[in-house]
Amino acid sequence: MLFYLFGAVAIVASLLVIAQRNPVYSVLLLIASFGALSGLYVLLDAPFVAVIQIIVYAGAIMVLFLFVVMLLNAPHEDTEQDLLRIAGGRRSVAAGRVRVLGGVLAAALVVELVWALTKNGGESGVFAGGAVSSVRTIGRSLFTDYAFPFEVTSVLILVAMVGAVVLARREPGTRPGRSRPSS
Amino acid sequence: MTPLLVAQIGLTLFVFVMLLNSAAVMVYVERKVAAMLQQRVGPYLVGPKGLLQPLADIIKLMFKEELRPRAADPLLFALAPIISATAAFAAFAVVPFGASTTFFGLLREPMRLQVADVNVAILVIFAISSMSVYGIVLAGWSSNSKYSLIGGLRSSAQMISYELSYALALASVLVIANSLSLSDIVNRQSGTWLGFLPRWFLFVQPLGFFIYMIAGIAETNRAPFDFPEAEQELVAGYHTEYSSMSFAMFFLAEYINMVTVSAVATDLFLGGWHGPFLPESLGWIWFLIKVAAILFFYVWMRWTLPRYRYDQLMRFGWKILLPLAVVNLLVTAAGVLYFGVQ
Repeated sequence: MLFYLFGAVAIVASLLVIAQRNPVYSVLLLIASFGALSGLYVLLDAPFVAVIQIIVYAGAIMVLFLFVVMLLNAPHEDTEQDLLRIAGGRRSVAAGRVRVLGGVLAAALVVELVWALTKNGGESGVFAGGAVSSVRTIGRSLFTDYAFPFEVTSVLILVAMVGAVVLARREPGTRPGRSRPSS
Repeated sequence: MTPLLVAQIGLTLFVFVMLLNSAAVMVYVERKVAAMLQQRVGPYLVGPKGLLQPLADIIKLMFKEELRPRAADPLLFALAPIISATAAFAAFAVVPFGASTTFFGLLREPMRLQVADVNVAILVIFAISSMSVYGIVLAGWSSNSKYSLIGGLRSSAQMISYELSYALALASVLVIANSLSLSDIVNRQSGTWLGFLPRWFLFVQPLGFFIYMIAGIAETNRAPFDFPEAEQELVAGYHTEYSSMSFAMFFLAEYINMVTVSAVATDLFLGGWHGPFLPESLGWIWFLIKVAAILFFYVWMRWTLPRYRYDQLMRFGWKILLPLAVVNLLVTAAGVLYFGVQ
């Protein structure tokens, strides 16, 4: 019963995230989706994971998202017209390209979802004996059995950070400015 | 309905009403203490010694007109105070405030004086307090006013910066107590050392307590760290555009957050409901006394210290408090590893 409630909230919120034009609403809906996910973790008898989900994703990371969205003060996402203008006015070609790309991505996602669901026979995965509920168990397995993936993940995040800095850095000598016409 | 369920529902309602009351009492105490510190009389007209002043304030707020700027985002503008108030109430749910009791034999099994006994209680408080940032940020953004926006951004930047030190101070207590459950942590602080010194974690973790209190003030946006509401620069910060009951909700949330921070400090560092002279069943009196003492300290700080500058606040948080908290945690962990868990 609760599972369907949380599941429905998570799915509807995630769908609305991409359906919204206003990025602030998108961020908020993503938070709602994370909240529902953490409810699902509680149902799986993993309160620690649920709380960490809220603290790290809904709390820390999404606040930064919201900050960026607010500080850039982007009230609306680029509409199709804006995309057209960027594409240089070739209306039909650009619009077609946008639609086709989006359609292909969506179709791929749906196929993958259906495949994943049918592969597991539609059953929700249940962990063995609620072993994840204890903080001690999680900590121990994270720093012994999964120490290598754990470290690799942190290196991955570091790489993403360095990448972001490199991309955002201006070449010395150039003046700050907009790279493309404002919407 | 079993008696236990009735008792649980009753307790939940009781905590809710008491939190509301605590905000009203805090308004009165704040004004009286401010008056004491400034050699004034303070509110004295409404009721005996001005005791009904909060009630008068509430009635005044209720009858004010609800205003909304035309350029505001209507949905988020309405949602922001609700998020703030809900998060403030929800955080107290996992705070235990007394030993298990049977209510003078009315219940067959003893019940914990705590709305929800979660075994990761501290993390829950932490998660909910990280949610309360959204109330403030959204209030700032949806008002569509420069003062609100700056107030909201400042407040959230401040809360995010001090949350780290706050969490690390908590973590050092967790390492000593070897548990994430608040009732377990309180129960580990019963008894005394050498017959007279209570086994409070305050004496094991003085630095942790110091960091927790400072970060707690910053978390609740109180003076001397009340930048979100710095009236000389920002009118009233994130709630500039709010009036009537939606303003009251922010006010309420702020005071309830103070109460929660004090209650958690009491549970973590001051031995919760353990104290001399009183039997275990009346431990909640000790709890109330300790919380009241911390709250008084808060009010005292507010009317004694001037506001910091914003860059000073940030420098203090990141360059002094955070390294201190990290070192404290490392030393604590090393100590626990060397001496073993108590």
